[in-house]
Amino acid sequence: MSTGIIQFLTVFVLAGFVGIEVISAVPSILHTPLMSGSNAIHGIVLVGTILIMGEARGAAQITLAFFAVLLATLNIVGGFVVTDRMLEMFKAKPAERPRRNTGGGDRREGDG
Amino acid sequence: MTLNTGIDLVYLLAAIGFILALKGLSSPRYARNGNLLAAAAAALAVGFTFARPEVRAHTLNLVLTLVAMVLGSAIAVPAARRVKMTAMPQMVAIFNGVGGGAAALISVVVFVIEAPGQPAVYRIGEVLFGVLVGCVSLSGSAIAFAKLQELMTGRPVTYPGQQVINALVGAAILVLAVSTLLTASVPLLAATAVLSLALGVIFVLPIGGADVPVLISLLNSFTGLAVAASGFTLNNNLLIIAGTLVGASGVLLTRMMSKAMGRSLGNVLFSAFGSVVTAGSGADGTGETRSVRSGTPDDIGVLLAYSRKVVIVPGYGLAVAQAQHTARELADLLMERGVEVFYAIHPVAGRMPGHMNVLLAEANVPYDELKEMDEANPEMATADVALIVGANDTVNPAAKSTPGSPIYGMPIINADEAEHVVFLKRSMRPGFAGIDNELLFDEKTTLLFGDAKDTLGKLVSAVQDA
Repeated sequence: MSTGIIQFLTVFVLAGFVGIEVISAVPSILHTPLMSGSNAIHGIVLVGTILIMGEARGAAQITLAFFAVLLATLNIVGGFVVTDRMLEMFKAKPAERPRRNTGGGDRREGDG
Repeated sequence: MTLNTGIDLVYLLAAIGFILALKGLSSPRYARNGNLLAAAAAALAVGFTFARPEVRAHTLNLVLTLVAMVLGSAIAVPAARRVKMTAMPQMVAIFNGVGGGAAALISVVVFVIEAPGQPAVYRIGEVLFGVLVGCVSLSGSAIAFAKLQELMTGRPVTYPGQQVINALVGAAILVLAVSTLLTASVPLLAATAVLSLALGVIFVLPIGGADVPVLISLLNSFTGLAVAASGFTLNNNLLIIAGTLVGASGVLLTRMMSKAMGRSLGNVLFSAFGSVVTAGSGADGTGETRSVRSGTPDDIGVLLAYSRKVVIVPGYGLAVAQAQHTARELADLLMERGVEVFYAIHPVAGRMPGHMNVLLAEANVPYDELKEMDEANPEMATADVALIVGANDTVNPAAKSTPGSPIYGMPIINADEAEHVVFLKRSMRPGFAGIDNELLFDEKTTLLFGDAKDTLGKLVSAVQDA
């Protein structure tokens, strides 16, 4: 076994601890956005698919690699856009809140 | 410094970005910035990957990469933009599944390239892990999507001999994986991939619709691990770090979610909610014949208008009817009359933890009117009316009182403690867990049938007239 794999295993184990440590306490309102955000982060598999497309030779390999890039793009792009849409809702609201006189129509005065 | 060292440094920066992003995503204040930071880090890493000579060596491959990326973005952006807030969970499921598929494909291509050279056993092991976990995540997410999108029943799917079939598929994968390790044969790896896809399907089928969100979180974690495995096969630290971060934090998040439902993860995955559902639904056989009291919007409007304290308990029915704005209108109207109003949010109200908060935030309901379950429950006993809008399982007292019930032990909003209970429901159909709710038959309960948006609208005009 080469020393390379040991180095990668080291990175793997340490990243595992960081992953657990970094989200120790999440309020339940953020469970969904956090799941969605981490879903987007593993979309970085796109980098791997681009690299593998570079190595692919012959129709079969290239076809597989093409679908790999396509799927990874869906993951990363869709993941970040969906998460951003969710979190848009969480921006701080201005303190004043207009009290509307119920949703009827907007009747304009002086119309007739 | 060589070009590749420079790119590796960029990858390191991206990895730091991801760690900080996860940290940000776990606090309400920095969540949005966290997500933007992660997106920037990802864009940086992807951009610099194109600087690698091997990526640009063959024009055809490079062009196809760009075509696939443009095509993927053209599909993903509109899909993610247009999806309704209520359909978010299944959207996350599908984006997660394709990520798992991509990771599995990387492993397959690496194997096809290296197999003729009889690679070392640990190299094949990395490939097998990526293929197995990636495929399970892909097909599992597809079934989870189908369940949430109601393309198939949300109930747990059970069939005779299920355990035996699961065991057989598991054993077959084990045998195939070991033979692949020994022979480095491509057809054997393909067979392993196919059976892993089957494993994902039979793993998810028996999990009930109400538990699917927890499952999606777990599958998200799986995809992370599959991506880490691709990182090993490609000798790429960034993929290892990002994948492992998601894999590890995903397991923790999954446990937090199942805890919010008052169940252990093992219970969510393997109890097959299903095996008990029969026991639960046996008891409600009498449900059809028992009488419930349904009221008119006017009666309920008067009841609400002359209350001191009203608690709104929103559920999935409110979400599907897009009634969050009308609910806020009713709440505002009541508050103008001096009624104390707040929303009691169950952690799994809607289809995912935190889902309801997102929907109500969309309707500009201020934070201080949203109370989490633990904060709301002590106040239920002093409430005059618990107005339950399209929720069912999350207020079902069977969770406290009926040990045989599938939801026994799940924390609920104690709507039954309020002086009056009003249910706005589409029909007498049971909730997502598929069991009847005793509270519907209670004598202090009034029901108002119809689409949540309609009935809330009628209540608004009834309160105005009261």
